[in-house]
Amino acid sequence: MQNIDGQIPVKKLRDLLNPLLVPLLAIFTAMVAGGIIIAIVGGNPFAAYWGLVQGSFGSAAALSETAVWATPYIFAGLAVAVAFKGGLFNIGAEGQLAFGAVMAALIGYALPGWLHIDLPAYIHIPLTVGLGMLAGAIWAAIPGALKAYTGGHEVINTIMMNYIALNITSFLLNGPMRDPDPLNLSARTPEIAASARIPTIFPDLRVHWGFVLALLVAVIIWWLLWKTTMGFEIRTVGANPDAAKYAGINVKRTIVITMAISGALAGLAGAIEVTALNYRHELGFSVGYGFDSIAIALLGKTNPFGVVLAAILFGAMRNGGTRMQFMTQIPVDIISVIQGLILLFVAADAIIRFIYRIRVREERVVLTRGWGG
Amino acid sequence: MDWRRFAIIALVIVIMFGTVVVVGISQNSPLVIITSMLATTIAVATPLTLGALSGIYCERSGVVNIGIEGMMLGAAFFGWLASIYMNTVFHQVPMLSLLTGVFVAVLTGGLFALLHAVLSITFKVDQIIGGTVINILATGITGFLNRQMFFGSGSVFGGTVPHSPGVLPSIHIPLLADIPVFGRIFQQQPITLSALALVVITHFVLFHTRWGLRTRAVGEHPRAADTVGINVIRMRYLNVIIGGFMAGLGGAYFTLESISSFEPMMTNGRGFIALAAMIFGNWTPFGAWAAALVFGAAQALQINLQFFRELIPPSLAILQNSYVVGLAPYILTMLILTGLIGKTIAPAADGKPYEK
Repeated sequence: MQNIDGQIPVKKLRDLLNPLLVPLLAIFTAMVAGGIIIAIVGGNPFAAYWGLVQGSFGSAAALSETAVWATPYIFAGLAVAVAFKGGLFNIGAEGQLAFGAVMAALIGYALPGWLHIDLPAYIHIPLTVGLGMLAGAIWAAIPGALKAYTGGHEVINTIMMNYIALNITSFLLNGPMRDPDPLNLSARTPEIAASARIPTIFPDLRVHWGFVLALLVAVIIWWLLWKTTMGFEIRTVGANPDAAKYAGINVKRTIVITMAISGALAGLAGAIEVTALNYRHELGFSVGYGFDSIAIALLGKTNPFGVVLAAILFGAMRNGGTRMQFMTQIPVDIISVIQGLILLFVAADAIIRFIYRIRVREERVVLTRGWGG
Repeated sequence: MDWRRFAIIALVIVIMFGTVVVVGISQNSPLVIITSMLATTIAVATPLTLGALSGIYCERSGVVNIGIEGMMLGAAFFGWLASIYMNTVFHQVPMLSLLTGVFVAVLTGGLFALLHAVLSITFKVDQIIGGTVINILATGITGFLNRQMFFGSGSVFGGTVPHSPGVLPSIHIPLLADIPVFGRIFQQQPITLSALALVVITHFVLFHTRWGLRTRAVGEHPRAADTVGINVIRMRYLNVIIGGFMAGLGGAYFTLESISSFEPMMTNGRGFIALAAMIFGNWTPFGAWAAALVFGAAQALQINLQFFRELIPPSLAILQNSYVVGLAPYILTMLILTGLIGKTIAPAADGKPYEK
């Protein structure tokens, strides 16, 4: 029997924990399933997970690397989350990210030469990052416009744009933008100028100000979605396009804007990787971000702060996975399997509710609609 | 399929074939080039055809399936793995290993489809997200097992890939394959020929049997179907699994018929292009096959232009760049989806879970 006095605090605590409960149980279940797979292929799951934890949180250097990994995940996860809020499924983060990175690399290494002046960092960095964002925004706005004005489904179109981006990037990095260094054997651009580089936070660690920017952008996206008219329009179109139309919202324009914001965030992920970490764009670096970012957005329940937490988790797993492979010979690809399982259990939360006998019903979020749109 | 759509398909194929004929005419007779292009087109369209048929079974019964890409990738890997295992034991009879491989591939496709069915029909997960889960899982599992088994000191096969049983041999069809010059078109491998047969079979099943009528009823108006006693859930489950078998056979094409090895992510978007073919074909088997041929022709163009690389005149130098020519199927897909080429109508209940 519960007494009246005790009920209110218990209910409050439950309200606070409820949204976290299913994702946490999903992560736990996926880790257990992953452990079983590791054991089946002849590894020791405890040793593997210990390596994973050590590699991701065990030292200052490990923490720094986790933040470095998490940075593009935060941007790309936010990109997918914003699209979801607008009722759109952006599978094209990978292509948008690649285009952002290519553009940032180009502006980073070529602009001083074109202008024949040495740009100061406070102009060169914003220009590089900003144009990278713009490239991503345009790349996403194309399928957005096709969706809005012709009804072409964004799922297939964004995937096609990924392959087109990959082909164009391959062409550029093997041809006009290839690093002319005679020792260079790979498809990559030259290094960007020193004036376009975002500095690190601490002298000995790789963690850079891009990570701080990512956290800041998450706050901005939260503010945009819940505190501005545009955010209200995006969410309304996402929840019910017909109602939005009768309420006088320009649905088609909102769809294009949503995709452009989403693409800008993905482009930002690429631009930051170029300006703060790699100092160039190399072919193949963007592979895998598209699907990872979908998993992050879903695990974060399309909430900007949830996305940050999910991105840090994924960054930690990717980062620690390398150490795990080094210590236990378990291929780092197991991380992809575990991430796939996390997504499976988050998407089908009914499975989790069934396993753990959770009775509480949450509101079902409608994320996408069928081909009819 | 209306005449307009067929006309566009014919036009696009003629343009692509014409390009190769113009480039290669100094070395080969047009007839030989066209025959070779046709044979390549039909062969490389196979995974697209089977992927589209997979989509048709799923979506005609009301389940959107964007996991075809992952189903094909998983089937390609496990079919290949099974054929290699068999080959280490029965290396005298490669055919036995290959057929086991095909069987395992088809089964893998079915199992992935079962997962999709459980997610989208029983748990009513957003079907596009369910398909994405399949794609991510398939990429992860095949990448993980590929490395775990074949690479590194601790791997199952000790760091080397054992001998594969090769690829399925092409079948000599009597009479058809004996036609001079054109006979080459009918000289195809078994999965390609099965795909052609399955197009006809699927058309018959879908439009001339009770099963097909029930499938379409469930996809168009599940409540009405339920009222007259059709088991909606059961029909959807079975159709999604049959679709999985089709995707599995399409996956087998990659590692057992086209080449005899596996590479991570080797399906390279074919599953998604197959969906576009299905939409362009208006959810009909023959229409989807015709659309798959267009994409096949685009790929055959790329392959044949590489073959005639030195003959390309400087005025058409852009055709020398395989990255540029490689854009064709993707841009075609987008153009098709914009509805520039006529409107298509999806099954009415496509993508909607059935609530009793």
